[in-house]
Amino acid sequence: MITIRDVSKSYHTRSGLKVVLRDVNFDVHPGEKLGILGRNGAGKSTIIRLLSGVENPTRGHIHRQMSVSWPLAFGGAFQTSLTGLDNLRFICRVYGVDPESKVPFVEEFSELGRYLREPVGSYSSGMLARLAFAISMTIEFDCFLIDEIIAVGDQRFHDKCHVELFERRADRAMIFVSHDINYIQAHCQRAAVLSDANLTMFDNVPEAYEFYLAQ
Amino acid sequence: MAANNSTTSLWRSWRLQRRVIFALLMRETLTRFGRHNIGFLWMFAEPMMFTLGITALWSIMGAKHGSDLPITVFALSGYSSVLLWRNMPSRAISSIQPNLALMYHRNVKLIDIFIARLLLEAAGATMSFFLLSLIFIYIGWVDPPEDILKVIAAWALLAWFGMALAILLGALSEHYELVEKFWHPTAYLLFPLSGAGFLLEIVPEGPRNLLLYLPMLNCVEYLRDGYFGSLFTAHYSVSYVIACNSVLTLLSLAKLRQVSRTVVPK
Repeated sequence: MITIRDVSKSYHTRSGLKVVLRDVNFDVHPGEKLGILGRNGAGKSTIIRLLSGVENPTRGHIHRQMSVSWPLAFGGAFQTSLTGLDNLRFICRVYGVDPESKVPFVEEFSELGRYLREPVGSYSSGMLARLAFAISMTIEFDCFLIDEIIAVGDQRFHDKCHVELFERRADRAMIFVSHDINYIQAHCQRAAVLSDANLTMFDNVPEAYEFYLAQ
Repeated sequence: MAANNSTTSLWRSWRLQRRVIFALLMRETLTRFGRHNIGFLWMFAEPMMFTLGITALWSIMGAKHGSDLPITVFALSGYSSVLLWRNMPSRAISSIQPNLALMYHRNVKLIDIFIARLLLEAAGATMSFFLLSLIFIYIGWVDPPEDILKVIAAWALLAWFGMALAILLGALSEHYELVEKFWHPTAYLLFPLSGAGFLLEIVPEGPRNLLLYLPMLNCVEYLRDGYFGSLFTAHYSVSYVIACNSVLTLLSLAKLRQVSRTVVPK
């Protein structure tokens, strides 16, 4: 379970203090799929960063009793002068997983072929996304953070991602952050709406959507 | 039970940190040296080239720097020391921003990024010093150290000084861009004062006491005392260096902690 208690986050900007989140409270239970709806700039990415632990809240506590992933398919931590394989090895080492045991899966899943042994800097954005998704699937977590829709590659690759994440890992908790209601509706039982630095929880997605539209 | 728990978690933290630092070390080594030609051997081939160049230059010029010492051991001890303390801050300054995205992997902390980089830098300088010593001793240009423990202690103190200074400047450079601008001229100007090119015994007592405020100068004298102490009168204070290093370490960790609370990855 993840418990978020009285979490506030504010940033210093040139025009003074900007409060992004104010006294946010919620829990995420094992296996639960929670959607967070919000318009651009409402603080969706901030909440993902706080949940992933890369940033700390200004006030309040986030207590994690299950392992939480980095934002799914996040490729920002790649070292572009290294090959795809070297980047995979780095992530595996950080999480204490034997890198060589994951190479066949990433080779097969990412469909990068010999490019896996080329510097990541030479990849197209589609190839980068495929590698990032494949690497995300090599480390097991109890809870996955999913920032915006994973629309990677062609339909076939999209389907593969779907199987890997939503079928093989259907038992995991997932937190989706998006402004797309269809996406949230397809995957979540519960949803919350982020507006004016407040997070409002709803027991079902339609109610959340109604509130979101009224904003 | 509670005590048992805390030892377990301390042990686990230690293992976790070792794992993360190892991962970063491998990443850094590959990034900097790659797999082309001699690959990671560049780690110490590069500092060796510097030291060899300086040694050759000083030998040709007959730069005795006011003493009758064998020039090779003088240059070897002096220039290796400079490489050790001076290169670490250069690697640490402005190294936070390009690595911030790594923090999405929650176990990776700023301190790990610094430690991995600095270990690599220190290892390169150490291997270079060690190998060149071996080679010069083997071909008879340099006599074996008179007191090897002193040499090791001095090298360790100097590495500690370099690391603490590097982390402090690295953390400060995140808040103050001027640190980067000022470090290079400062390091350059400190080079002639750092004892690489002279022995303190030739300096009159007044300026000597002033110079002894420089921790690296104390370390170089201590190192040379261990290497060829019977040939000159060394001046240094180990306790002063330890005190300096401790204060620097404390300041650097405090500053790093403050910085790590405020940095915002994209």
